[in-house]
Amino acid sequence: MPKPPKTQVMTANRLGDGRVVYLGNEDWTTDLADARLLPDADSQALAEEVAKAAVADRAIVEPYLIDVDEEAERIEPVRLRERIRASGGPTTGSSVAA
Amino acid sequence: MYRYDEFDHAFVRDRVTQFRDQVKRRIAGDLTEEQFKPLRLMNGVYLQLHAYMLRVAIPYGTLSARQMRKLAHIARTYDKDYGHFTTRQNIQFNWPRLEDLPAILDELADVEMHAIQTSGNCIRNVTTDHFAGAAADEAGDPRPWAEIIRQWSSLHPEFSYLPRKFKVAVTGAARDRAAIRFHDIGLELRHAPKDFGEGAKGETGLGFRIFVGGGQGRTPMVAKEIRDFVPERDLLAYLEAIMRVYNRFGRRDNKYKARIKILVHERGIDEIREAVEAEFEALRGGVLDIPLEAREQISAYFAAPDFEVLPAKSETLEAAWTSNPVFGQWMARNTHPHKTPGYVSVTISLKPTGGVPGDARSAQMDAVADLADRYSFSEIRVSHEQNLILPHVRKDDLPALHKALVDAGLEAANAGLVTDIIACPGLDYCALANARSIPIAQRISERLADHDRQAEIGDLSLKISGCINACGHHHVGHIGILGVDRKGEEFYQITLGGAPGGDAAIGEIVGRGFSTDQVVDAVETIVDTYLGVRQDADETFLTAYRRVGKAPFQEALYGA
Ligand code: HEM
Ligand code: SF4
Repeated sequence: MPKPPKTQVMTANRLGDGRVVYLGNEDWTTDLADARLLPDADSQALAEEVAKAAVADRAIVEPYLIDVDEEAERIEPVRLRERIRASGGPTTGSSVAA
Repeated sequence: MYRYDEFDHAFVRDRVTQFRDQVKRRIAGDLTEEQFKPLRLMNGVYLQLHAYMLRVAIPYGTLSARQMRKLAHIARTYDKDYGHFTTRQNIQFNWPRLEDLPAILDELADVEMHAIQTSGNCIRNVTTDHFAGAAADEAGDPRPWAEIIRQWSSLHPEFSYLPRKFKVAVTGAARDRAAIRFHDIGLELRHAPKDFGEGAKGETGLGFRIFVGGGQGRTPMVAKEIRDFVPERDLLAYLEAIMRVYNRFGRRDNKYKARIKILVHERGIDEIREAVEAEFEALRGGVLDIPLEAREQISAYFAAPDFEVLPAKSETLEAAWTSNPVFGQWMARNTHPHKTPGYVSVTISLKPTGGVPGDARSAQMDAVADLADRYSFSEIRVSHEQNLILPHVRKDDLPALHKALVDAGLEAANAGLVTDIIACPGLDYCALANARSIPIAQRISERLADHDRQAEIGDLSLKISGCINACGHHHVGHIGILGVDRKGEEFYQITLGGAPGGDAAIGEIVGRGFSTDQVVDAVETIVDTYLGVRQDADETFLTAYRRVGKAPFQEALYGA
């Protein structure tokens, strides 16, 4: 039996400044909390189409789907790489001015 | 210092103009991402996890104070107020906006800098010893040679059709500080061996010992010596001969196998040497001959500053050394012998306890520029160990310089010690990473911060990469740490016994990897095991490891 699909979110980087964005209900958002949850193959396929159009429209680059954890209170990416992207910067003791 | 000639100026300005137009067309939608990506990469613009990244070339790791101020200005104006000095002797900015990039490149061009990368037919970055032109132990300044090779390769049609990218490093000293045995071609400028025929030595008696086929990455290899001496004037003919053989035999079918290191490995150095020598015989004395006056012309760009005639011993220095132990510690680790009496080269460590290796804030860059103006003929170097160097400092000025470094928070007295850690950006920034490097470096540097303990441990290099591309040089760390992804968790594989210099070796995996929680303890266990097995305080980590092998370390790490 095929595994039930994981809930996903569509992410990309913004063309103008490269910042991490997520496909929200209205528009692309920098806040993962506002991301549109994509629970099944249909919604994921639709998101792929929206992302493709956004690339053509020069809003974003390099879109892809990421797995997220639904059980968590907030939307929580499954992979560490995506948790670091969602956090907006390097994880510890970075040189970014506070 | 090297000055752009007319050709370089026009070339760099043209490229900025072109790129400005390309960015405009990208934003207007006239270029797709597929069309634009290779163009931005050629101009040093990468997309990382959080933002774009701009990689600015620092040819031969040599910077003027004016250029350093420009980097500070860029960090402040267009970025988050800091930059990251890398093992490639360049600087990366982590947060530029696409729209700002043409303006940044224009600012760089104002001070004769650029971000053009070694892809396609363009200026190649040849690396050298960071003490070049200053070190007491050098036979000659390697930078003019790096420049000669750059000019030859940028105009060389064959370079644009090479099977794969190609890296060259040159040192002028017998003690290799440029890891020449880990480059496609490594060159050591040296005096002719004694048994070399008088007539064959060339006018200067200087020439090159040549290594081929080194590299790191996923198949690390130590380069093999192909020739022990090529007179200066024949260097380009010899390099051309190597390129021809490489182009003839190199594999284009597989991107991982196309490096010269694979060719040397598969065919063996003897077969390669024979083919190269045959080509060399045909090429020698032809159009690639480099007459003495051409060499002198280029060397003039790198002319030594007007050193004062000074006594070798400085009373001011001796007095400060005995009266101020903190200064003494710094002095003992962070200075390097200079060829001119009364001078030294100074390493400004970018590895404070708990800091991000290689990061510098704009205020620190400005401070270093001011210090270079005041104490080092306005010259600065970037080392592949991710530190900054003031190459020409009067011994008399060291106490004052040290005080100024303390004020700027740049006084870490750890050059070459275990906390002088090299770390790549890893999963905190890099889109290719498997695991984070920076937090591991920070935790190790905090754990081993005590200066007396570090001094007791002595010379020990620790290098961390977040994936097998080996940007953090982990293969050649005495202790190397490689981040891997184990079922979604960060894991760290430890290697021991690597070395980048004359005693080049690739580290050996000590055993199974360690979790994020375990890895700092594991490093401490390795350090303590070394202290236990060494014969005396003069036996370095590397020497001791080579004598006793992995076993005692495995036992300490994993039990019997
Ligand atoms: C963060 C963005 C970076 C990316 C995407 C990146 C990517 C890569 C890749 C793909 C390679 C392998 C090339 C090959 O095998 O031919 C490589 C090699 C290398 N990188 Fe990076 N790198 C990055 C940052 C850095 C930094 C910050 C440094 C310096 C600290 C660095 C230093 C090097 C060096 C020295 C090599 C050559 C290793 C060898 O000899 O094969 N890289 N990099
Ligand atoms: S070694 Fe890997 S993780 Fe580190 S900077 Fe290079 S590509 Fe990125």
